[in-house]
Amino acid sequence: MVKWLNVDWPTRLSTAAASRYAQNNMAAVVERGTVANNTQVDQMSLKKAVSAASPLTLRIVAECSVTKARACDLILPHSAVSTPVFMPVGTQGTLKGITVDQLEGLGCQICLGNTYHLGMRPGPELITKANGLHGFMNWKNNLLTDSGGFQMVSLVELSEVTEEGVKFKSPYDGKEIHLSPEKSISIQNSLGSDIMMQLDDVVSSTVTGPRVEEAMHRSIRWLDRCIAANGNPDKQNLFAIIQGGLNAELRKACLDEMTKRDVPGFAIGGLSGGEEKDDFWRMVTLSTDHLPREKPRYLMGVGYAVDLVVCVALGCDMFDCVFPTRTARFGSALVPWGSLQVKHKQYAKDFRPIDPDCQCPTCKRHSRAYLHALFKTDTAAMHHITIHNVAYQLTLMRSVRQSIIEGRFPEFIRTFMKRMFESPDQYPRWAVDALASVHVTLE
Amino acid sequence: MAGSRMKLELCRVAQGRSRLGVLTGLGRTSQQSLDVPGCLLYTHFGTVPHLTQDTLHTVSNLPAVTQVTLSHIAEHQEVLEEFKDGFRKFAGLHDTVLYCSLHDPAVLCPTGYTTNKTVSVWGSGGRMELTVAKFMALQKTVQPDWYQSMADGETWQSNTSRKRVRKSVDRTLTHLDECLLVHQNSQELEGVEVFGVVEGGDILEERVRSARETAKRPVAGFCLDGFQSGSMDQALKTQLISAVIKELPEDKPRLLQGVGRPDEVLACVEAGVDLFEGFFPFQVTERGCALCFDFDVSLDPERAGRAPHAVLKLNDDQKDTVGETQQNGDPCLDQTQMTSFEINLNDKRYHDDFRPLVEGCGCYCCKNHQRAYLHHLLVTNELLAGVLLMIHNTAHYHGFFGALREALASEKLDVLKRQVNNRWRG
Repeated sequence: MVKWLNVDWPTRLSTAAASRYAQNNMAAVVERGTVANNTQVDQMSLKKAVSAASPLTLRIVAECSVTKARACDLILPHSAVSTPVFMPVGTQGTLKGITVDQLEGLGCQICLGNTYHLGMRPGPELITKANGLHGFMNWKNNLLTDSGGFQMVSLVELSEVTEEGVKFKSPYDGKEIHLSPEKSISIQNSLGSDIMMQLDDVVSSTVTGPRVEEAMHRSIRWLDRCIAANGNPDKQNLFAIIQGGLNAELRKACLDEMTKRDVPGFAIGGLSGGEEKDDFWRMVTLSTDHLPREKPRYLMGVGYAVDLVVCVALGCDMFDCVFPTRTARFGSALVPWGSLQVKHKQYAKDFRPIDPDCQCPTCKRHSRAYLHALFKTDTAAMHHITIHNVAYQLTLMRSVRQSIIEGRFPEFIRTFMKRMFESPDQYPRWAVDALASVHVTLE
Repeated sequence: MAGSRMKLELCRVAQGRSRLGVLTGLGRTSQQSLDVPGCLLYTHFGTVPHLTQDTLHTVSNLPAVTQVTLSHIAEHQEVLEEFKDGFRKFAGLHDTVLYCSLHDPAVLCPTGYTTNKTVSVWGSGGRMELTVAKFMALQKTVQPDWYQSMADGETWQSNTSRKRVRKSVDRTLTHLDECLLVHQNSQELEGVEVFGVVEGGDILEERVRSARETAKRPVAGFCLDGFQSGSMDQALKTQLISAVIKELPEDKPRLLQGVGRPDEVLACVEAGVDLFEGFFPFQVTERGCALCFDFDVSLDPERAGRAPHAVLKLNDDQKDTVGETQQNGDPCLDQTQMTSFEINLNDKRYHDDFRPLVEGCGCYCCKNHQRAYLHHLLVTNELLAGVLLMIHNTAHYHGFFGALREALASEKLDVLKRQVNNRWRG
């Protein structure tokens, strides 16, 4: 432990301490994992920390001695975030039917908003008037905004990419919108998110050929334009997004270039599309191998439980995905042994809660049978499942974190996989391989 | 009915009509009570629309009685029978008193399906026919604290023939007698209260006949049916309700079905109605609107005769919306039609309005969110719009009933009426 102004920093900063800390804009010293502390080096990093005055600090609380997993405290302007963390997605400034109080009650410290959607409706001018996205939706914890890049892939029919930026045709009124790196950052500055994503040239992971290389190089150029355009560097953190598709050389080239830029964090992008899982994990682990240890790693678009656990083992800290909240609205409840389709006839007379071990408000009060019936009558049924699914994801991450801190993450992985799959021959091949690559053998 | 524990304790009866009091002896332990005039908590299958328990309980003035309807429950009879422990436990409702009605008051049923022996309800899978036997089997499975007897209320259409109206009165009385017979012989329904249903359409003699006959039966109270749609004007409604009430005992509560608009509520309270179904906030929510009418009668006597600021401000909001709505008092068959008691958050004018829905409203929505945000949620079709509007509309509407009781207690009903009907001058 390092003494800073004669105060012993506790292992875990309380939320109150974290916000006091953030307000004072002091940077905590990144704690080294090794036992030997070099006082001189500490003094230097102290100086560097003070002058950086960054709105983000990563404190590594524990590192797994077997895998590449870490448990960290990510200190952001609005509050501290415990990692590994799953970030629920509230695309249009709301998390589908859940109030901010309910979200906070589940222990959510950071969630997502989307620049493309919010930039169109209600637009950056209005959100500025409302005191940023935090003020507009009345969310007191942290927000991360995506740049609008992913919509280039998901709305590809309506978009056209040039060096200048992306041209979109609005699905609402047919108007044309130009989203350049500068424009995306400007909107995100208005939104006031704690973490902003660069605008990247996103190509579907199933695309091959020269377009992938073009997109990778352009993303680097766009990163530089985003950095230059950020009008709020002392309150908002701009993350770079590593591209390069499924090509190891391109990924490596992107990593080499982007890590030269002084950004507070890195995302691994261009994955979690329709690619083979076998290619997916290799790109993830290649990326974490070449990303700096003392900055957070955000794997975009990953949200299935197995993927989360494996990618934590591969060294990722932050995740987001619409899946848990979207699937909830179709009646699919996430459980440690997979998922439960509440709307199916088999649950009509099942008087147990979704998961007897789950402590969420839904499981504490309602049965599968009641929810099954409620789906025929009222939208609240969806909200009950959404609450449960968010609770499931956040609880999973909390358990992962705790196991890393207590030095039993590999054991946690084995128990998790046993619970999730009926037998070892059902374990997905890619997960077995990925875990083996970080020295975890499943049965 | 032997051992009926429900008791109406009146503390004030104004002009021989509007009553103020408490309905006591409710629930399994007979410990719960409901202030009167009062409003039941409207639910879909035990859930207040859009709300989970967490969001529901941000509202502090909820009534002690929850209403469920057979139109939502009937199709789940088998499940409830297997569950055995009654609907309240099945739905995770802990302390509430459960009232079971036949139809969903927010929805007008298709007509033409009632027979001498059956009535129909519409669930998610379509129409279900109920005989008295099936109706009572459902009550035994639901195990409410009180329910309305099976009734033929298909007379709310304005062109219903005299013959049809007479039939509905006859059938309803027969159903009541048959229900009571089964009830008295069912151990599962011991301690459960039954309300008789007064029919009669818009024909005075039939209304009187139905009321007189129903009053002869051993029921704990009375539902007044057939006043649902807007096709009967308020003057006739009041006349018929008054005539009915003249025939009913003073010491038993009267529940008016299918009426929820604030001005109509006031008129019917004046005519002697005690209880209403709380579906109006839900209808307002579904059209993306927020209740905003003023019911604050705590005026400084010095300012009597002058409109308080809140009313003036609301006048501005409502003045602009009057053109979009039908005028008060006009027949309104389309129940999706906005009233002048609400603002329409879909309207573009709210896109940069950073005020709460209603200034001074203490509900979760008004304490935490602004009109601009609600507008955004509606424009983007977000589910949270329904949640927040339902919270506000529920709080506002039940606040109105609280104000109504206070007005009766302090003899300010006229002031309240003027306020709600927005008739200040000067």
